[in-house]
Amino acid sequence: MSIAPRKPPSQTLATLQRALGGRSGWSGFVVQLLFAAILGWLAYEIIANARANLQAQRITAGFDFLRNNAGFDVNQTLIPYSGADSYTRVFVVGLLNTLLVSVIGIVFSTILGFIVALGRLSPNWLLSKLAGGYVELIRNLPLLFQILFWYLAVLGALPNPRQSISLFGLVFLSNRGLIVPRPIGEVGFEPFVVAVLVGIVVAIALWRYARKQLYQHGHVVKVWPYALGAVIGLPLIMALVFGAPVTFEVPVLKGFNFAGGSRLIPEFVALALALSIYTAAFIAEIVRAGILSVHKGQMEAGSSLGLQRGTVLRLIVIPQALRVILPPLTNQYLNVTKNSSLAVAIGYPDLVSVFAGTSLSQTGQAIEIIGITMGVYLLISLVTSAIMSVYGWRISRSMG
Amino acid sequence: MKRVSLAVSLAAAAALSVTAASAQTLKTIKDRGTLSCGVSQGLPGFSSPDDKGNWTGLDVDVCRAIAAAVLNDPTKIKFVPLSAKDRFTALQSGEIDVLSRNTTWTISRDTSLGANFTGVTYYDGQGFMVKKSLKVNSALELNSASVCVQTGTTTELNLADYFKGNNMKYEVIAFGTIDEAVKAYESGRCDVFTDDVSGLYASRLKLANPADHVVLPEVISKEPLGPMVRHGDDQWFDIVKWTLFAMITAEELGVTQKNVDEMAKSDKPEMKRVFGTDGNLGEQLGLTKDWVSRIVKAVGNYGEAFDRNVGTGSKLGIARGLNNLWNKGGIQYAPPIR
Repeated sequence: MSIAPRKPPSQTLATLQRALGGRSGWSGFVVQLLFAAILGWLAYEIIANARANLQAQRITAGFDFLRNNAGFDVNQTLIPYSGADSYTRVFVVGLLNTLLVSVIGIVFSTILGFIVALGRLSPNWLLSKLAGGYVELIRNLPLLFQILFWYLAVLGALPNPRQSISLFGLVFLSNRGLIVPRPIGEVGFEPFVVAVLVGIVVAIALWRYARKQLYQHGHVVKVWPYALGAVIGLPLIMALVFGAPVTFEVPVLKGFNFAGGSRLIPEFVALALALSIYTAAFIAEIVRAGILSVHKGQMEAGSSLGLQRGTVLRLIVIPQALRVILPPLTNQYLNVTKNSSLAVAIGYPDLVSVFAGTSLSQTGQAIEIIGITMGVYLLISLVTSAIMSVYGWRISRSMG
Repeated sequence: MKRVSLAVSLAAAAALSVTAASAQTLKTIKDRGTLSCGVSQGLPGFSSPDDKGNWTGLDVDVCRAIAAAVLNDPTKIKFVPLSAKDRFTALQSGEIDVLSRNTTWTISRDTSLGANFTGVTYYDGQGFMVKKSLKVNSALELNSASVCVQTGTTTELNLADYFKGNNMKYEVIAFGTIDEAVKAYESGRCDVFTDDVSGLYASRLKLANPADHVVLPEVISKEPLGPMVRHGDDQWFDIVKWTLFAMITAEELGVTQKNVDEMAKSDKPEMKRVFGTDGNLGEQLGLTKDWVSRIVKAVGNYGEAFDRNVGTGSKLGIARGLNNLWNKGGIQYAPPIR
């Protein structure tokens, strides 16, 4: 008679128990279940009660209004929009405007922030003091004040369209914004774009080849003339073969405003400027702190290898500093998005202005609209955080 | 952030209050001792504060009349300045008892906001203001213009309709408050500022050189402005409605702030009903017998309030026009007090 080995207890069950109940096992699971049930009941009560009260006061509720015609116009739309479109489209128009100004703000504040931080750390006394002064001045003034300053004091002081500042009769700057010629695609447009793309791919391949040669064989291969030739030369040949890829529609003063051309409205410029400049001051301090957190021995080691200051920063210090910089930098990116809602003060048609503002008062459906708007900001913030987390994870992985 | 906090408080009120809209506005106000009145953030002639914080204007006088009728004191009012965007939320959430803020009566506002208009304090229409130097004589010459407007108003919708209807292009720049819109117009960001005509005259007073600006002749819409109250309290609705009617009736009968005590002693049957020496009309409203005297003593009759705030006796100098009594060429009309 053989003794059957005792079967080990089922691992899956144990895992499940741990996951659901934590350390206290099944009793913990019951507590969690109860807690979730209470939360669910509370949420249900709140929603049901709100519905009943709205109905009792005969306030229209629900999301049907999203299909109704908005009836008002918006002065900057990235997608075609007119007053005959629905509130859903207004929502998309506002959301795109918010995203546009946020992305522009994030890009420029990051660039400016890094420059200011490096300036502040620079051994050059004047540069360092200037950068320090910038940070102290900008971050201590309220953002709304800065937005109004750019909008009313700077851009508002520009001349009217009839006396606009003209650059070669092509570009016009006035208190209606910056008007530039609009490119219109011609027959040669597609081959031109293809040539540019091919040129870029070739340039990247050349650069990777050069790097491989350097890392594996220690040869320095000069590739930039070929890369430049590919990026500029190929499109040039295409343009010669197929004719000019684009022609330009030159803006002309007609009536009160310019007709034709593309336009950057002053509301957008003021908001993007103020957001970039304001956030750059905070990013500069974050970057400075990150760089200072890298042991100065790293800098000295780099110098003793004969590398220049810029190269040491770029190859040795900043990659290590990024680990410290990224989490607070993410915060600043989230702030840019949220701060862009101050747009309403200067009439820039962002999400809060056209949806949580105009649409809300035209329909009166505050609960629904504020709910949607809060959800959207939450989503934008979570997506931004997620992207930054992935980036941070890749950096720490690459450094081992 | 006021806007968001209002919306959140509305959500909280809707979600947490156990009973629906209370039908006890009158009792609440008497217990509280003050009337909470939603007004504009500063529109001369209708509702604007002076340097000491005293509010004046036609819309303000409606509030004062209500406070006089209910609390026997036209000063016991808490004025709540509201932007066009916040006004309905403030009313819905119960922050104010009555909204008296140059608000246009439309069907959608009457039906979907959970509130009712109680009457028309001022018959208005939308117009355009431009700089004289532009040499524009008609709104039909405004093709391609940039227009400043306050957001969340019927004005914004009429504007879109008018330019589309006349096949004209325009650029709209919508601001949260009237002051921001006027400032942008003055700085040259816009060629045109549009608002109700009364509002144009009022805003023109705030400009550095009012004489450099002209209001164009076109009136492109009907804008009957009036007070609003919440649904669900018919007694309060009646009180606000009849306060305005009492002011109009007083003008019809020739009762003024000065002669009200004398007139109250009149033997005429109509006068006796109005002043409560005969019958109990005021008590049926939930007020006192002398409610009309209280109102007229506080703010005068409708004509006096009009002249003092927006009419010939004020800086605005607007003619009575449509707002004259029905028997004097206008359309202001009150149902009989009997």
